[in-house]
Amino acid sequence: MARLSYLKALQRALIDEMSRDESVFVLGEDIRVGVNNVTTGLLAKFGPQRVLDTPLSEQGFTSFATGAALAGMRPVIEFQIPSLLFLVFEQIANQAHKFSLMTGGQARVPVTYFVPGSGSKTGWAGQHSDHPYGLFAHVGVKTVVPATPADAYGLFVSAIREDDPVVIFAPAGSLGVRDDVDLETLSAVPLGVGTIHRPGSDVTVVAVGHHVQTALAVADQLEGEISVEVWDPRSLYPFDWSGLAESVNRTGRLVVIDDSNRHCGIAGEILATAAEQMRLTAPPRRVTRPSGAVLPFALALDLACQPDAEQLVTAVREVAKD
Amino acid sequence: MEASLYRMVRLIRRFEERCVELVRSGDIIGGIHPYIGQEAIAAGVCAALRFDDIITSTHRGHGHVLAKGADPIRMLAELCGKVTGLNRGRGGSMHAADFSKGIFGANGIVGAGGAIATGAAWAFLRQGGGDKVAVSFFGDGAVSQGVLLEAMNLAALWKVPVLFVCENNGYATTLTVSESVAGTICGRASAFGIPSSTVDGMDAAVVFEAASAAVESARRGEGPAFLECLTYRFDAHHTWEHKARVRYRPAEEEVSGRLRDPVEIAGGRLDPAERESIDEAIEALLDEAVAFATTSPAPDPSTALDYLYGSAVLP
Repeated sequence: MARLSYLKALQRALIDEMSRDESVFVLGEDIRVGVNNVTTGLLAKFGPQRVLDTPLSEQGFTSFATGAALAGMRPVIEFQIPSLLFLVFEQIANQAHKFSLMTGGQARVPVTYFVPGSGSKTGWAGQHSDHPYGLFAHVGVKTVVPATPADAYGLFVSAIREDDPVVIFAPAGSLGVRDDVDLETLSAVPLGVGTIHRPGSDVTVVAVGHHVQTALAVADQLEGEISVEVWDPRSLYPFDWSGLAESVNRTGRLVVIDDSNRHCGIAGEILATAAEQMRLTAPPRRVTRPSGAVLPFALALDLACQPDAEQLVTAVREVAKD
Repeated sequence: MEASLYRMVRLIRRFEERCVELVRSGDIIGGIHPYIGQEAIAAGVCAALRFDDIITSTHRGHGHVLAKGADPIRMLAELCGKVTGLNRGRGGSMHAADFSKGIFGANGIVGAGGAIATGAAWAFLRQGGGDKVAVSFFGDGAVSQGVLLEAMNLAALWKVPVLFVCENNGYATTLTVSESVAGTICGRASAFGIPSSTVDGMDAAVVFEAASAAVESARRGEGPAFLECLTYRFDAHHTWEHKARVRYRPAEEEVSGRLRDPVEIAGGRLDPAERESIDEAIEALLDEAVAFATTSPAPDPSTALDYLYGSAVLP
């Protein structure tokens, strides 16, 4: 067993895939130095042709990657901040994602878009703190949000090997997570397969990204009062609906905790599908950012917009009582 | 070369005229952006390319797709939304592609192809062992798109073998170049240190010569080049205008703009008998294409989302 951090797991995945497959290369802003600590050391290992520092031209280099992918490469793009994905929504959702269908299956666009430090880092204010995974899931771009070091490794590897565009969000709140991991057992985690982090029998809590840790803490806190199952979808698109149904059909109760805006968010989709297809014995709840929120700067205001353990405890108690 | 240039210019012209008829008859839904008047550019540039080079095209893309070697029969079937089409009826006019011929697709977003072509050409360099180039076609409207300018910067920085071809037909839909372009079109290339030239886009031989020089310099490793081709769109921005009857070009300009016709310029260099035999072969080919397109089966609705992903996805 070794102590593996989430950040090191991401780095290990990238190094392993670049070593395994010559067509994998990484590009982005300040990645040679590695300001996000994921690509640190890659330049020395793989050289400047496989570790490209780009000018501040997000739209240009995102479609550049599409072209390279169409020509047989497997680009990995690091985006320094999550809001840069708004700049390149056209290049991902309207170009890279649509080539396969529009060309009748002629084209493959195996690009991985990677955001180390998505969501709030606290104090980075309105334009650096978003968590836009729901946008990509909505348009059908494969979207994953690993919560543990082993899943960070496994989902990053799978994303790079996919023949389609995949966005991988590594929440800022997860980057510091460390687990005891047998390095020999690290392996690809398939997209579209959720996992139970902690079994329980009264309430299923679906936790996205760093809120897996929140949900585990809440499950501990409520032990003896309410038995909480912590279920992590890992992929938001494709989504493991049958895995969720297996849990919800056992517990009959559902709470979702999701660090993105409420209106049209992924939590709403999970609740709607559960209501349509699963055996709920009580109305489900969701704990999210407020509808249409813009994260304000001051600490108290930033935290006021983020879902937290206290809100989750309240929601779990409410559904357990219904 | 004169005969093959004429053949392509004429093929594109007649293909587009047949398409306009098929739009009127309802066989092509959604309309098209006719390439009529601009044929010499696609024909001249693609004549300078090899089979293994690649292109990205535009919403007005039929000419590029045909000139790079797509089968006109399957191309027309695509425009008619048939399973026998290049894209199995999934792309239509604005997304026609044939990757087996290096045609990385027409594109519905103005200026979008430049960065895609640059990335593909960079990949060719990385993969080694050849001297393939990429060409990105776009119109004068695209020179105001940020993503295209970003791509030109990347191409120049990394000495990517890509040729940027601007078809300046004077109008971005209805907006004139003088109302939309500050400075000059070639000035944008100069700003990135990309060599550029402006040529007569109505003469396929002139375009061929200029494109050949640019393509050869890219093959030699001298990085990107930029070609501005002056042209005039004879028909509407989109066939929708045939009904909407919007007016934005002076009547006298519409007459004078058509005086120099790429078909006549290229055809005037041929022996009339040779020209006639080329024309007849094209008519026969297009008759066959129309018959094939109109009688081919439509896709099965149950397959609407086939090809959405390259690798399997759960529902």
